[in-house]
Amino acid sequence: MALYKNGSFIKDAWRSISEGEDAPPAGHVILPLDWWLAEREAFEGSNAPLGLRLDPGASVSAFLPDLHRFSLLALAFPKFQDGRNFSLARLLRERHGFSGELRAVGEVLLDQIQAMARCGFDAFEITDPNTERALREGRAFGVSHFYQPSLGRDRPVGDRPWIRRSAH
Amino acid sequence: MYRYDEFDAGFVADRVAQFRDQVNRRLSGELTEDQFKIHRLMNGVYLQLHAYMLRIAVPYGTLSPRQLRKLAYIARTYDKGFGHFTTRQNLQFNWPALADVPEILEDLASVEMHCIQTSGNCIRNTTADHYAGAAADEIEDPRPYCEIIRQWSSIHPEFTYLPRKFKIAVSGSAHDRAAIQVHDIGYQLVRNESGETGFMVYVGGGLGRTPMVGHKIRDFLPAADLLAYTEAIVRVYNLEGRRDNKFKARIKILVHEKGASAMREAVEAEFALRDPDALRLPQTEIERIRSYFAPPALPRRNAMSSAFEARKAADPNFAAFAASNLAAHKNPGFAIVNLSLKPIGGIPGDITAEQMETVADLAEEFGSSEVRVSHEQSLVLPYVALDDVPAVYDALRAQGLATANTGLVTDIISCPGLDYCALATARSIPIAQRISSRFGEGERARDIGPLSINISGCINACGHHHVGNIGILGLERKGVETYQITLGGSADEACSLGVLTGPGFSYDQVVDAVETVVNAYLEHRLAPDEPFLAAFRRLGMAPFKDALYRSNAGADI
Repeated sequence: MALYKNGSFIKDAWRSISEGEDAPPAGHVILPLDWWLAEREAFEGSNAPLGLRLDPGASVSAFLPDLHRFSLLALAFPKFQDGRNFSLARLLRERHGFSGELRAVGEVLLDQIQAMARCGFDAFEITDPNTERALREGRAFGVSHFYQPSLGRDRPVGDRPWIRRSAH
Repeated sequence: MYRYDEFDAGFVADRVAQFRDQVNRRLSGELTEDQFKIHRLMNGVYLQLHAYMLRIAVPYGTLSPRQLRKLAYIARTYDKGFGHFTTRQNLQFNWPALADVPEILEDLASVEMHCIQTSGNCIRNTTADHYAGAAADEIEDPRPYCEIIRQWSSIHPEFTYLPRKFKIAVSGSAHDRAAIQVHDIGYQLVRNESGETGFMVYVGGGLGRTPMVGHKIRDFLPAADLLAYTEAIVRVYNLEGRRDNKFKARIKILVHEKGASAMREAVEAEFALRDPDALRLPQTEIERIRSYFAPPALPRRNAMSSAFEARKAADPNFAAFAASNLAAHKNPGFAIVNLSLKPIGGIPGDITAEQMETVADLAEEFGSSEVRVSHEQSLVLPYVALDDVPAVYDALRAQGLATANTGLVTDIISCPGLDYCALATARSIPIAQRISSRFGEGERARDIGPLSINISGCINACGHHHVGNIGILGLERKGVETYQITLGGSADEACSLGVLTGPGFSYDQVVDAVETVVNAYLEHRLAPDEPFLAAFRRLGMAPFKDALYRSNAGADI
């Protein structure tokens, strides 16, 4: 796995905990939602950086009260066609004000990265070798004209700032 | 119609370049077919029985002569010289080579056309009624709102991976020619007591394997909230729609399983939480888009045209054409002219390159340069002076486009069926041809009056048989084609789904069965001016079932 953030590959400071594994309350762990809900008392009083992993269809109300505890949210795409976490990403950023790292994990492919970024993802776990190679080669992808406001790096164009945006 | 500016042209150019890159990566093996498929579909490229099929978007069914001529060019250059109009106002080419597709997309882009999102699990072509802007009964032209939705929904980052396809329709009149109640979202333009423009909102209609009529969730949505409300609906669907079963993944299933009230609450709750400024449509924006759809400056004409009346009196064929193929226009002295793509015994919805060019010429000379595609797989010239109708008729007739059958029994809607489609279970086109030949173009068809026949070659119902006055569904049982008949469907504002008559009919019997149904109608109607649908609603199924399944009807069990 290679972690892509802000236009380059970086070392990953985080470790994903899987179901059934013990996690010491030391820092930089990404916890599955069920794990968090079962073990959250263990983290009372800890200020270790915490991450949460959310599968598609995760119940937002279950973790919303704790949102401020997390500096990373990993939203999963078990199959790239499952688009639920595009909506969750936008809601987390726009409605709930999440400002930590929003990471896409799972089947993250070159042709979806721009849409993910425009929904508020700022980090991408790449496991597909073709995607990794394309990103390392700096190959352009996506489009540069957009018809919706978004959370990406695009900016408004001309006299219709509310709906037209450009990557340049 | 909407004209691209530099930004819009740039958007389409981006997409063409992106798809060209995706094709190359597919050919080099960098993308698997499964990974490529979604991009192929989002650019309108289907894999069918014999070849790739390319589906071109015709936003709200509106075409310019320049665009039609380019489609003719593409038909000749890359295909077999003809195209096919669909029930969603799009055009399909059945024979392009995949390697030619990027070229074709560039050709289309040069006339402000594209294939973006004509397939795939995304928001598809937003359709309108084909008389928009011209119909006498219109509250307001719905097309500016279709254009606003079209732009906003194009390559939308949140809604590109929906559970399934998503189809929106907008109607500009109380009489619904856009079938809004069988769309995922149906918007009906209305005015409130203060005279403000807004929309009645229907959600969860659809045909296919599980036909359902949409539920009204809003009586009045202010026009300024159109995009924000659409976003709320699609977001609820994206988050909650089923993804476990392809045939249970449309929003109609979500509405059915959740309940219409719960769906309304979920949408309203999501809508209430929006950032009020984010997608509110400024009035200036609505007006900017609306200015592209300003009706052509039609010269004042007398309501009565002596040239038109004289020709009717002298030529019974022309009189028949005038009676069936013209619709009432807002402007006195003008008519909406329906061009039939349903020649007697012909393939419904097909058009040759030469016919396309004739229509382009006629639109330029007599029709304010505008052509429409209807949901019934035909074309419309919405702005023809009555004085010019005779000349238009003569030109159409020379090209086989003047069959006097709009809305009549031979104006059949049919999917491509087993002859073309990998999904089909039965032939549909030959059934359409035989029914058409059986009833012909003459007094008999005129006497039968308005009667819609819709034929689907499989349960996916692309022929919309559920909303046909007579619906025919072709299935396969033990290797043999069998055709079920439904009666009483309608896609207008009194939307209803057809009722099954009973056991199905064989390929050889089904045309006789249709004729039996028609004869039963003729026998039991109150008067010649009671149309088939009204008679069926009054009589119920009994007399039709009786006629079909008496021993001499010879039905299959």
